[in-house]
Amino acid sequence: MAKPETKCWRNDAYAKVTGKAKFTDDLKFANVLHAAPAYSDFVHARIVSIDTGAAEKLAGVVKVLTAKDVPGTNRFGQIIRDFRIFADDKIHYHGDVVAVVVAETREIAIRGAQLVKVNAEPLPAVFDPEAAMLPGAPLVHENHGTNLINTHVVRHGNVEEGFKQADFIIEEKFQTQTVEHAYMETEAAVCVPRSTDGVIEVYGSMQHPFSTRRFVAACLGVALSEVEIIGTPMGGGFGGKDDTAAIVCARTALAAKLLNRPVKMIYCRDWSMRESYKRHPYRVHYKMGVSKAGRITAVQCKIIADGGAYCSVTPWVTWRSTVQCCGPYVVENVHCDTFGVYTNNVVAGAMRGFGSPQMNFVIEQMVELAAERVGISAIEFRRCNMVRQGSVTITGQKLDGHKVAMEQALDTVLREMDYEKKLAKCSHGYGDGELYGIGLAMSYRGVSLGAEGVDFCAAIINAQADGSIFVEVGVHENGQGAESAMSLLLAEELGVDLDRIRYRRSSTSNIPDSGTTVASRGTIMGGGAVTLAARELKQKIAEAFCEKLHCAPGAVRFANNFIVGRSDTDRIAFADAMREMWLMQRFPFAFGVFKAPRVTWDERTGQGDAYFTWVYGCQAVELTVNKKSGKVKLLNAVAAHDVGRAVNPEMVRGQIYGGMAMSTGYGLHEEVKAPDGKMTTLNLNTYRVPRSMDLPEMKAIIIENPDPISPTGAKSIGEPANEILAPAIANAIFNATGRRHFTLPIHLGALPEPTACGEGCK
Amino acid sequence: MKLFVNGKEIEVPAGAMEKRIVEFLREDLDLTGAKNACDVGACGACTILVNDEPLKICVKRVKDFSGQRILTIEGLAAPDGTLHPLQQAFVDCGAIQCGFCTPGMVMTAHAFLLKNPRPTREQIRRAIFQNLCRCTGYQQIIDAVEKAAPHYRRVASGILPDVEDGILPSGTSRDISTRPELSTASPLGGTPGSTAGRRPAAT
Repeated sequence: MAKPETKCWRNDAYAKVTGKAKFTDDLKFANVLHAAPAYSDFVHARIVSIDTGAAEKLAGVVKVLTAKDVPGTNRFGQIIRDFRIFADDKIHYHGDVVAVVVAETREIAIRGAQLVKVNAEPLPAVFDPEAAMLPGAPLVHENHGTNLINTHVVRHGNVEEGFKQADFIIEEKFQTQTVEHAYMETEAAVCVPRSTDGVIEVYGSMQHPFSTRRFVAACLGVALSEVEIIGTPMGGGFGGKDDTAAIVCARTALAAKLLNRPVKMIYCRDWSMRESYKRHPYRVHYKMGVSKAGRITAVQCKIIADGGAYCSVTPWVTWRSTVQCCGPYVVENVHCDTFGVYTNNVVAGAMRGFGSPQMNFVIEQMVELAAERVGISAIEFRRCNMVRQGSVTITGQKLDGHKVAMEQALDTVLREMDYEKKLAKCSHGYGDGELYGIGLAMSYRGVSLGAEGVDFCAAIINAQADGSIFVEVGVHENGQGAESAMSLLLAEELGVDLDRIRYRRSSTSNIPDSGTTVASRGTIMGGGAVTLAARELKQKIAEAFCEKLHCAPGAVRFANNFIVGRSDTDRIAFADAMREMWLMQRFPFAFGVFKAPRVTWDERTGQGDAYFTWVYGCQAVELTVNKKSGKVKLLNAVAAHDVGRAVNPEMVRGQIYGGMAMSTGYGLHEEVKAPDGKMTTLNLNTYRVPRSMDLPEMKAIIIENPDPISPTGAKSIGEPANEILAPAIANAIFNATGRRHFTLPIHLGALPEPTACGEGCK
Repeated sequence: MKLFVNGKEIEVPAGAMEKRIVEFLREDLDLTGAKNACDVGACGACTILVNDEPLKICVKRVKDFSGQRILTIEGLAAPDGTLHPLQQAFVDCGAIQCGFCTPGMVMTAHAFLLKNPRPTREQIRRAIFQNLCRCTGYQQIIDAVEKAAPHYRRVASGILPDVEDGILPSGTSRDISTRPELSTASPLGGTPGSTAGRRPAAT
């Protein structure tokens, strides 16, 4: 493949760098109305009445929508239908929307929303997930009967036996924080009733057009064919533009449908922060048994995830945490209990990593604690326990069929960093001024959805009579460059120039529902579908021209914009071939489907082949800690990831850099604060997203072991890149200061002098 | 009241004086490159150049800009659509992902390179501190700014030949931006030597 090694290629780069790309708020429609959500100041309360009178009387207000205006279902969700399009019986958290005010201008809509008054009886609220699990705790959803959303287990081997074999037991409690995606573009929707056929067109900032369509159609009480979600550039998602984004579209669509006018709803940052779902805060109690030889003999862990007020995808997030609860290590005896819990906190749902960043923060410190206790280096300890070719995971899955590249990733980072030499220079709390430390973390990650759900994807290729080509795939452009990757793969497969290929503006009315663009599945699933469709197209072309090219259909080659037969002189230009096919009454059109290979899962035991393939990654960081202020400065970071195959290498690196940046925020800066359920971090001046000066120079190393299961050889990078720098930072801080941190984000104050054996010794 | 936007003189209707300038640009002039992302001046997505200085405009009103020269992302490329070398560097270095921060980021970098066409990576890092990006980790943005810097040096060298020798007299970098020859978008926009975006000096 002619890889764009020196230059990056994106089909949308020109539009984005010139300001011409039209994001949702940039779209203009005549006669448009504007909408704004109204919140209450309650956190948990039974609604008595919603008074919209004052808002309705405000000049310029056209309509105030509440639950009673919903013709379809007001309650929806991907797993449990507990999301309210509008709060109906209760307020479940501070971000619940009670009404939407529609007005001639956005300013009037916002003023109107402030006039909506909610009369409600406050109820006792619960904010602590462990308290929520106790008998007698206030119930967030009474009809659910419990605050428990879901449980998962792993029962592997015999933990009692495993702990008996252990020479040391290490037991710690960890806690992680609530984190906001902080996509640069807030939730946004413009919905337009189409006068010709009544279909509601939805333009919006969301990463799951098909889920959005389900939310909209359910809310309106119409068929899926009566809603069309049209692809619109999206200003970042990171897992966060699913449920909330879909509900924003549903409310906007309802206004458009009822008023028969285009309606636009653009979220302010504080609405977005207050209402949108977040990354789950976790509490993890982890116990590890290790032998003198440095083998992990058993792991017992209890994972509690605060799901907040609605279910969202908590059962799926916690499932990944459960499957990956021992990290990339072989452990023969595992007992894991995982709980997803309702509270009156902000909703928690999908965020890049999806249950792994929390667990890796735990595991990658636990292995270092264990190594210290055994008295071997943490690298040696990892080597002693890591997954290798043919290893069996804690869910009983044998890792074969792809290259198990854990050690390759580790070695790559160690070499690039000169790690072990630098490790010897760490301060361990001794010294004045700036203390130096280096640390690393590694992970493996199941690719795509695994046993979470139905996993297949479609692609349509439609070549034109002049040799230009349309392609459309059921994955969504989240900003990561999905459309570009699909186009590059198609150009490679057909042996044609990229400029022939036009990625068709996507629409839920054009292509089958191929699931959401999450779980780092875009390239592997979408690329698989494109490749299979391209092979089908090539078959059709070969059958049409094999006689002319003096060869069997299977011998026809596609290269340099030509279709070539037995000898290089037997050839026909691609464009000419397309025109001839038209005259032959043959369509150069193909539909490709890539179905994820079978996975298995037994929910009772937590055993099975959870994912059809895995990726491996390692990241390391150097830093200093100022002894007086506790200020952490990152000096350098290196990552190595096996991505199967890099389709657009510069974009792969971009994913890695961005993932490391986000993980730095997770480790050191970011925290949604909401005392008594009321958020105080409502904008980007109080919620601390990493800035350029917070980050070091980074190096991203791409490892390519093409995966035989993937038609393109490519696997994943979006989430693997974002799940291990926080624990690497924690380990580096330990090596700098001699102090362990079990809570995220890591806050360091002034550091005391180390005791004789170092603070880290217990 | 008049504004000079991307080389064009704009007569502001009286009714628009109290409008937020970002809304005026986006709605009245259809220049939607500058984005609203925080409304409190925290993220930099709304950054434009006002008299060659980068400015976050989300909290500013139209009336604050009487007679000022404004350059938005739409005014940076040549009229024939040829990308400015800084924009081309963003494309080539993979500095663009979702693209929502890109217009503000490019404008901040443009203003910076006008003043300092020979920056270190650390100086670039400091220059874009006010602009948030959630996708890229800034690495390839810094690569792009670094890559575009020689273009700014070449342009500057036409006026200050000693710059190209690698010796930048103290205070020179500030001076470049205030030189009238450089204070329009034109010498830095589009292909070298083009008169793209040139406009009469502001009065």
